[in-house]
Amino acid sequence: MATQTLQSVPAELTPEQLEEAARHEAEGQAYFDRVMAEDSRIEPRDWMPAAYRKTLIRQISQHAHSEIIGMQPEANWISRAPSLKRKAILMAKVQDEAGHGLYLYSAAETLGQPRDQMMQDLMDGKAKYSSIFNYPARTWADMGAIGWMVDGAAIANQVPLCRASFGPYGRAMVRVCKEESFHQRQGFEILLELSHGTPEQKQMAQEAVNRWYAPALMMFGPPDDDSPNSKQSMAWNIKRFSNDELRNRFVGMMMEQVKVLDLTLPDKDIRFNEETKKWEHGPLDWDEFHEVLKGRGPCNAQRLERRREAHENGTWVREAAAAYARKQAEKESAA
Amino acid sequence: MSPETPAGNVWPIWEVFVRSSRGLSHVHAGSLHAPDAAMALRNARDLYTRRNEGVSIWVVPADAIASSDPDAKGAFFESPQGKDYRHATYYTKSEGVKHL
Repeated sequence: MATQTLQSVPAELTPEQLEEAARHEAEGQAYFDRVMAEDSRIEPRDWMPAAYRKTLIRQISQHAHSEIIGMQPEANWISRAPSLKRKAILMAKVQDEAGHGLYLYSAAETLGQPRDQMMQDLMDGKAKYSSIFNYPARTWADMGAIGWMVDGAAIANQVPLCRASFGPYGRAMVRVCKEESFHQRQGFEILLELSHGTPEQKQMAQEAVNRWYAPALMMFGPPDDDSPNSKQSMAWNIKRFSNDELRNRFVGMMMEQVKVLDLTLPDKDIRFNEETKKWEHGPLDWDEFHEVLKGRGPCNAQRLERRREAHENGTWVREAAAAYARKQAEKESAA
Repeated sequence: MSPETPAGNVWPIWEVFVRSSRGLSHVHAGSLHAPDAAMALRNARDLYTRRNEGVSIWVVPADAIASSDPDAKGAFFESPQGKDYRHATYYTKSEGVKHL
């Protein structure tokens, strides 16, 4: 539900009003704490700490932006898909990404942040989105690697988010996760067909896997000792597992699946640690991660430019639809 | 019913309810922006039923929905509290009696 109550604060409060406000805060905090302790859900109109609201708006809107920007590397290949079937599949997938963006913007809106504002922040370069989408998709095999590894990493990240303490976010993630599994399987299938094709095709698949491996692992975010917000997010039941836990789990899944593909992962240091019972991987270039996040990746400028262009090109459509709706409403009220 | 379309191009929010198959109620699926009811229905179809999730859709202007006050949920839902006798499970003496 997108409705919410906004309370304006009068300029001057009487002592009684101040006391009343403090009591309201204390009761709200107590209720919120109880919900957290019971691992229950917070809904949009419930009292919540200002920092909880702010964190969620930031996380959900960044997530939405990632879906919207994520349409670009793949949309780029729709016209060059190798068959009509692949073209139809890719179009459905890109359409899903748009849908995921909209589910998530809706969830963020229930916290009081208007969608237009979020979109404007993205276009102004004020908002962040997943660094992965600032890498170029060079060949058709990249469609496979993106589906298998990038969507695979996204799923590993998103499945626990279905249990996020904020109701609308969790519900949006349930919907997203159901749809993502098609994305991952279609990517796997692209790679499988290439890896069992001609030697050139197999090489193309291997090179795509090599290109996307490290960026996909970095999608889980910085290592735990360098992830300042994680602890609070876990205390608020938004995040359920640490970045490294999810990343290690993902590496283990990749290791099994890559055998079926008859390809290899470009990491000699992957091993299963018998003591910790966890998968480990080789070092990742976190300087590169931070550079890309700061806007200095291979495609950042291009991605934002394309987003602004699409928004501007759609202006007349939005204006026409609004004008038509106004005209119809006037006719209706005149009749 | 159609909500006030703002003067600018910010489209109002609509809540979407989807009936997943015949015989079931419409259930809240999410929300979206649209300039009018006809567009809201089309957007809802594209956004919430891409995989045959529905056979019927309702769209309702978000600001047309009245809801109970979340801060008063204790008092508002107080009446059924402690009235276990409204549930079949309250009546234990009939345990073991068939078809009851």
